[in-house]
Amino acid sequence: MSALNELAQMRRTRGKKRQSLTGRERREERTAFGFLTPWLLGLALITVGPMVASLYLSFTDYNFLQDPQWVGGENYVRLLNDPRFHQALLVTFKYVVISVPVQLAAALLVAIVLDRGLRGLALYRSAFYLPSLLGGSVAIAILWRQIFGAEGLVNWVLGLVGIEGMSWIANPETALGTLIVLNVWTFGAPMIIFLAGLRQIPTMYYEAAAVDGAGRARRFVKITLPLLSPIIFFNLILQLIGAFQAFTQAFIISGGNGSPADSTLFYTLYLYMRGFGNFEMGYASAMAWVLVAIIGLFTLINFVVSKYWVFYDD
Amino acid sequence: MTTDRSGIIRRLGRHAVLIVVAVLMLYPVLWMLLSSLRPDEAIFNSGGISFSDLSFDNYVEGWNALRHPFTHYLINSVIITAGAIIGNLVSCSMAAYAFARLNFRANKAFFAIMLMTIMLPVHVLLVPQYVLFSELGWINTPLPLIVPKLLATDAFFVFLMVQFIRGIPRELDEAATIDGAGPVRIFVRIILPLTVPALATTAIFTFIWTWNDFLGPLIFLTDSDAYTVQLALRTFIDSSGGGGGSSWGSLFAMSTVSLLPVFVIFLVGQRYLVRGIATTGGK
Repeated sequence: MSALNELAQMRRTRGKKRQSLTGRERREERTAFGFLTPWLLGLALITVGPMVASLYLSFTDYNFLQDPQWVGGENYVRLLNDPRFHQALLVTFKYVVISVPVQLAAALLVAIVLDRGLRGLALYRSAFYLPSLLGGSVAIAILWRQIFGAEGLVNWVLGLVGIEGMSWIANPETALGTLIVLNVWTFGAPMIIFLAGLRQIPTMYYEAAAVDGAGRARRFVKITLPLLSPIIFFNLILQLIGAFQAFTQAFIISGGNGSPADSTLFYTLYLYMRGFGNFEMGYASAMAWVLVAIIGLFTLINFVVSKYWVFYDD
Repeated sequence: MTTDRSGIIRRLGRHAVLIVVAVLMLYPVLWMLLSSLRPDEAIFNSGGISFSDLSFDNYVEGWNALRHPFTHYLINSVIITAGAIIGNLVSCSMAAYAFARLNFRANKAFFAIMLMTIMLPVHVLLVPQYVLFSELGWINTPLPLIVPKLLATDAFFVFLMVQFIRGIPRELDEAATIDGAGPVRIFVRIILPLTVPALATTAIFTFIWTWNDFLGPLIFLTDSDAYTVQLALRTFIDSSGGGGGSSWGSLFAMSTVSLLPVFVIFLVGQRYLVRGIATTGGK
């Protein structure tokens, strides 16, 4: 069961009333907290503490060298009036809204083809999965810069069929597109989750449907999609959250500043530039909280909408 | 029902499509490998099909192009990666055992919090963490990248191991309890040995993610003495002037060097990688 299902399940079954503990139970509880000590420390010091601090800093002017100055909601107001912030939002939304669905569609399509008991499944699976392990590295971002550069691989291929290329990276119209291609290229991880999900669908459903004369398309729409919907949902949320946080590729491909013409100014890249380039750490913290709100909102909308298309058989 | 012949043709067609897609997917990486072995002028505007004029010159040049020899950055990356692996293995398995097997107050509430931290964007923590670690004097040391792992902050792996431990029959714990073993003994003697596949998955993913990590080192390591391989590569682009610089060949050579460990781990640990991804996402 995925983490998301688990969370949803927990909401449904609220905890029972607790009776007082016996000596043995108390001992067990002490042991449990012993085992949990590293995690609890991490939660307090590395996660929750910094979250609270970051929320506070988002209401201050802070450049790391001087003490934070309380400015109230000023950072958030400035965000509203910051054209580069708007550009960062736009770039990131475009990236998320285009690359995530295309990536998931590719993942599902390939998973379905692979699921049909082909020979060499393991080999294909590896070939498709490898890019998603390499994709986050600086090396692949560098590779992309060259592939989509003026004299890169893409233009060489286009040249073979007589099309004059250009520098896709240096052109504001196409630079974001190269990053979208890079994200779609890493469809291997969701593909593996889809493959695992397809395995769970009993073949007798398909056999019964075939006896009833249902064609391939109909079986896909009526059996595969509904039964796979929790996994589609899981992948969607996961890739969405990941895509909102994309950073390395944008940093390397844009030369660290979102160029050309801010066309690859990803949200997290702009946050980094403000926070660690200009040391406007209060402003960066406000940006971080807006990101949390956006991701939270997207996830919430997805959860609400999921009631209409995600089917749980339990 | 289809006849045998059309069945075979359909299957061959499917293989043909899959092979074409696989080649398209992998060709860029292969092209980088080939380009790293060829002189710069041969890289530009070529598909990298020729196998003449291959040499390791780019590797020799790239290895010594930066302030430190590339070995220096490799060692830094290895230290951080090894620390992160050990940290995740120890701390995540301990937390997972408590969540999966022990009764304590607020088990469910803490578990829910743990699951939610998987989805929390790291950017919200960066600024305060930077302040904290610099107060501690940890900037430009591996500590900011290792210590959080010792504190089970990679909740994804806690969840992975909880899933795995839940699949281990409780009868084993009960039998050991009857024999007089306490929770610590049960954890070390029964749960951990049976959790080895999940531990291997954790080690492998931690390796790849830490090795590839760019944002963390970018923030916490500002001195080139402390740079990891990823940061070194980035310096490389800056020094070669970005696009069209004279050293694409050595840049590709060092990029290849940086991908090699990931590739080797992938070949060795594929089984665990696939299972790890599948079990956290599956039902």
